Amino acid sequence: MRDKALFNATRRQILTAGGGAVLISSLPLSAFADEADLLRARTDLFGDRPIQEERVTVKLPPIAENGHSVPLSVSVDSPMTDDDYVKQIAILSPRNTLPLIGQFHLTPFSGKAQVSTRIRMSGTQAIQAVAEMSDGSLWAGSTETVVTLAACVVL
Amino acid sequence: MTGIRLSVPETAARGEVVEIKALLRHPMESGFRRGSRGEVIPRDIITRFECDLDGTLVFASDFHPAIAANPLITFHMRATESGVLTFRWTDQNGEVWSDTASIAVT
Amino acid sequence: MMRWVFASGLVFVAGCMSEADNPDSAIIAKEDLQSGFSFLTAETQRLQTDEFENPAYLWVDRGADLFTHSTDASPACASCHKDGLVGVAAQYPKFHESSGELLNLEGRINQCRTEHQGQAPWAYESDELLSITAYVAEQSKGMPIDIEVSEAMQPYVDKGRDYFLTRRGQFNLSCQQCHTENWGTQLRGDTISQGHGNGFPAYRLEWQLIGSLQRRLRDCDTGVRAEPLPYGDPTYLAVELYLATRANGLEIETPAVRR
Ligand code: HEC
Ligand code: HEC
Repeated sequence: MRDKALFNATRRQILTAGGGAVLISSLPLSAFADEADLLRARTDLFGDRPIQEERVTVKLPPIAENGHSVPLSVSVDSPMTDDDYVKQIAILSPRNTLPLIGQFHLTPFSGKAQVSTRIRMSGTQAIQAVAEMSDGSLWAGSTETVVTLAACVVL
Repeated sequence: MTGIRLSVPETAARGEVVEIKALLRHPMESGFRRGSRGEVIPRDIITRFECDLDGTLVFASDFHPAIAANPLITFHMRATESGVLTFRWTDQNGEVWSDTASIAVT
Repeated sequence: MMRWVFASGLVFVAGCMSEADNPDSAIIAKEDLQSGFSFLTAETQRLQTDEFENPAYLWVDRGADLFTHSTDASPACASCHKDGLVGVAAQYPKFHESSGELLNLEGRINQCRTEHQGQAPWAYESDELLSITAYVAEQSKGMPIDIEVSEAMQPYVDKGRDYFLTRRGQFNLSCQQCHTENWGTQLRGDTISQGHGNGFPAYRLEWQLIGSLQRRLRDCDTGVRAEPLPYGDPTYLAVELYLATRANGLEIETPAVRR
């Protein structure tokens, strides 16, 4: 016969059990960044030159199940010829401790302005990509992802 | 060598845009984590990735602590000439990991 | 067998079969068996199935290297195992007649390491043991777990089953309550799977590296605030065996990717 007592776990018991190991291990060393930090990082990189919200597409999964490793893909609408190409793409976060996630440096040899990597995200947020063209113009795009298990102990 | 995985097509038609992938085994320790005894785990990250074709830079990237462990990077190259692609990762202390792959352009 | 579903705090019986059909309440009926893979998001599934991007292959590569080249004076694994070890992982843990011990794949590899290579065994979670275990297990990828319980193995199966059914830790929960009665339900943004070991050693995004099945068991025990057993503990070996009998027929996925 089955032991009825085995089935007495409450939902609360189960719900609190799971993240235990994560919760006790640590707290972040520094406060999360916010939108202002993102803007500051952007200014550090590009000064106060105008940025147009166009031509840049950021692809992230709608839901990321672990903030330690979220697939990111960014593409820029550009012919990628010798005299008209994307020079740089900066990936920025409004919520990680450090707003600058990474920078990609492209060349006319790149052929196609599309780069992918995997990033850390300390929670649900909109990741922004800013592209600098060979003529100096700046373009941006962003996408929001819901992070179910944040890398909050990491970043 | 183990610890690096490269995906580069062996051949490409002249002018074709090819996809290149590079994966390095590295913890990308952010410097923001604490160990089991509460001690700060020191930062240990790759800061720069470069790919060149016979000495001409094709693509580069600056990594910060929010690039995930075992960094994967996928980018593109317009095939113009046959040659050897060199992939180079440099960490915060200047240590370098590198590997090569050749591509024949027809 | 019975499945219980938790919905808005209430417990419902979702489906019943008579006890006689399946005397072991922890065994999931064959038609309901599902790998942890089916509880992942599409992106994580893609990361596992893409043999270039799956980061666990960084360890499989190293395992292949360790298998074919010996770094010391001892003969390389490949010198004795010329045709590789295809299908072997699907039969582990296995009872080793000559030593009279139950061995998981790690233990069997270490036995060759000491007996045939004259070297000290590799430690659990050492890069070497993880790499070579992943390399050997990957050779059985796609093959169904195939455990035949001999008379000598039965006591280990029973011991593993006991551990599986026993409540423990501050949360007073058993493996059974999560992995047999509540698979498919959400737990802090995680979906509880049926708790099979068919993907291990596996790359967990949370670990940011590859880890053994015993590391996963230690995480589950820690999750309910129970003191985890030490690596290689005979009870964990028995649990591994019980899990394998419970997952009989499920395909090996090593090296899997998990949250
Ligand atoms: C509080 C609920 C809970 C308990 C109790 C629990 N686990 Fe888990 N277990 C989880 C969660 C959550 C995961 C990660 C998601 C998943 O794969 O189920 C997991 C994962 C696993 C996995 C890996 C599955 C895979 O496909 O990667 C195995 C194996 C496992 N558990 C076995 C056990 C064993 C054996 C016990 C008892 C010693 C146990 N668990 C106790 C919640 C639990
Ligand atoms: C000097 C020869 C020799 C070397 C070196 C050696 N082995 Fe073995 N290995 C054997 C023999 C003999 C068996 C038993 C064969 C059998 O059971 O059919 C065995 C069995 C095994 C098994 C179990 C096979 C089964 O069907 O259950 C595994 C796994 C294994 N070896 C892995 C390794 C690994 C990994 C290495 C290197 C670290 C290694 N061996 C090195 C001779 C060797």
